[in-house]
Amino acid sequence: MSPPVSVTIPMSMHIGAPCSALVRVGDTVSVGDVIAQPGGYVSAPIHASISGKIKAIGDFLLSNGNTVPAVTIESDGEMRLSEKILPPDVNDYESFIEAVKQSGAVGLGGAGFPTFVKLSVKDLDSIKTVVINGAECEPYITSDTRTMLDRSDDIRFGIELLEKYLGVKRIIIGIENNKRECVDEMKRINSDDPTVSVVALPASYPQGGEKVLIHNTVGVIVPEGKLPIDVGVIVLNCTTLAFIAAYIRTGIPLVEKCVTVDGSAVKEPKNVIVPIGTSIGDVFDFAGGFIEEPNKILYGGPMMGISVPSLSDPVLKNTNALIAFNKKDSVLQKTTPCIRCGSCVSHCPLHLDPRAISKAVEAESTEKLEKLKVNICMECGCCSYACPAVQPLVQRNRLAKAMLRAKQAKQAEIKKKIQDESDSTGKESESDD
Amino acid sequence: MTDLMTVSPSPHIRSGRRTTHIMLDVCIALLPSLAVACFMFGMRALLVTAVCVVACIVSELVFELVTKRPVTIGDLSAVVTGLLIGFNLPVDIPLWQAVVGCIVAIVIVKQLFGGIGCNFANPAITARIVMTIAFSDTMTAFTHNVDAVSGATPLASGTADYVDLFLGRCGGVLGETCKAALILGGLYLIFRRVITWHIPVAYIGTVFVFSWLVGEDPVYQILSGGLMLGAVFMATDYSTSPNNPWGKIIFGIGCGLITAVIRLFGSYHEGVSFAILLMNILCPYIDGWTAKRPLGGVKEK
Repeated sequence: MSPPVSVTIPMSMHIGAPCSALVRVGDTVSVGDVIAQPGGYVSAPIHASISGKIKAIGDFLLSNGNTVPAVTIESDGEMRLSEKILPPDVNDYESFIEAVKQSGAVGLGGAGFPTFVKLSVKDLDSIKTVVINGAECEPYITSDTRTMLDRSDDIRFGIELLEKYLGVKRIIIGIENNKRECVDEMKRINSDDPTVSVVALPASYPQGGEKVLIHNTVGVIVPEGKLPIDVGVIVLNCTTLAFIAAYIRTGIPLVEKCVTVDGSAVKEPKNVIVPIGTSIGDVFDFAGGFIEEPNKILYGGPMMGISVPSLSDPVLKNTNALIAFNKKDSVLQKTTPCIRCGSCVSHCPLHLDPRAISKAVEAESTEKLEKLKVNICMECGCCSYACPAVQPLVQRNRLAKAMLRAKQAKQAEIKKKIQDESDSTGKESESDD
Repeated sequence: MTDLMTVSPSPHIRSGRRTTHIMLDVCIALLPSLAVACFMFGMRALLVTAVCVVACIVSELVFELVTKRPVTIGDLSAVVTGLLIGFNLPVDIPLWQAVVGCIVAIVIVKQLFGGIGCNFANPAITARIVMTIAFSDTMTAFTHNVDAVSGATPLASGTADYVDLFLGRCGGVLGETCKAALILGGLYLIFRRVITWHIPVAYIGTVFVFSWLVGEDPVYQILSGGLMLGAVFMATDYSTSPNNPWGKIIFGIGCGLITAVIRLFGSYHEGVSFAILLMNILCPYIDGWTAKRPLGGVKEK
């Protein structure tokens, strides 16, 4: 699409610490210039996505309720590439990780976890398998499909990089079996490479969920509270991998994103490559505008996506889809009493009991919640989707996790307090419910 | 910032199925049996069933209005209860007795425990048991199909051939006689994914095997009495049966064993009702024993 008039880039588009802006109002930037540096270890630098002048640095309300600064760049219409862009010097593991860090890469499938953190391991031998996630994470979204078809060379180059610098001995590409052409393409480009296998998976949500994908490709279960690397697995989204490969080839950092534009209110659903920070209104305009008044707009898919309050919000690094629903498709339905049908139990991909969790949430019983293992819930939303009584099941699971976090924080605080004054008083600590 | 959009937590799409649709499916599945009942017992069968349905809806409505709770008659669960109570009555039952049964089912068994989804016992089954004890004369006066001969059910008398039993040419309460219609309804429910096969198959299978082991005629046992009606429509009630597949199988086997034992060694011919009621009470325990292990969940120390 043509360059937008202006972009708004929030300083937090990833999981982890927000960045701090390096630019000031009035500065001139080119595409690829670093405009913000990481605010901590788990963080990723941010680059200018269009060329032009810094117009404002204002506050931006994130979907999680936090407010961060956001840099607004006014376009000069040229999309001039920065002169500082050079392919990075990569010759070993350390320089590879450094390059990934400088590229600004975060998990592009939607999670937004800084990629270099995921790839940083103490012992390279601990990586037994890398799973490349080509299972589109949600219904509606097809941006990963486009990556696999249009940028297969980048994916192949990325695989070679993983083999070279991470010494990976086994790579599995997981793709849903309704995308035959992607499976064929991935098989074609990797036909000479015995390290790589392509697995066609059943096309059922949430196939692209990290732990589900690991179970269905490698066959291992990631235990509660552990990371995939603890069982020797790293999962990379195929678009993330293609981006890293392109960065190492060209040096152009993460400044644009392939986004699926779809939904009942959209005139011409399509995949669009847009500069990061473009307002979602501009993206919808490019897709022919609306055929109906949109009533609800989502970042991401319909199962886990976040609803956006206004059309002026920008496309973020981890935005993989923009979905606009008309009124009919976004009516909030009324909750009716639970009829104990068991749909939620039979639909949970992790074998949790959402109904029991809901009861424990209402009773505020944290012991019960721990026993019910609510912390392994990935919030895929299948329970709420299936519930004939429209119960807010996954929503209560989130509440349950927040309750457990609060309890943990309280316990840590009490522990500290006891330690601080233990010797003098010798008082019995009260139980902490 | 203009707040023009609806903002809500995910998921943003829902399956189209609602409680009302599920209950409507159950009603549809009961229609073949109702048609056969009208054909076999005359139009009074329709009258009895209609009175039960209306009585259930009205009791639910009145109770919810009096207690100022949200009115739930729109979910059709009271209609299902009404149909099932009607199906459990003989055709000549005095209508006021039928109404008493419906009030017991809706007010005492269902609403006093918190309404839909909260009752621990099946309302229709409990109503049948209460009525059998309270009105034992009229509850056991079975009219033998269109010839209008009063007599015992084949289970009590022990005479009838398989085809007659299968097609419903035998005495009994309204909905239990024609096994063909009940099986048709059951298949519809399984096809529509309202119920799974576990409970009916485990239940009927257990009765078959147990009867055969003790030297009774197994085919006769599964085709007679209220077994088919109970196994397909009453034991599969969501509120009062377990949620997990293995739980359902245990539940079905339990129902089957109790039914067979009562039928063969007891003095009541109410095997199915008592079996389902007793297993209803065990349901929370079965749910606890058969809970699935969360994927990746670490055992408590």
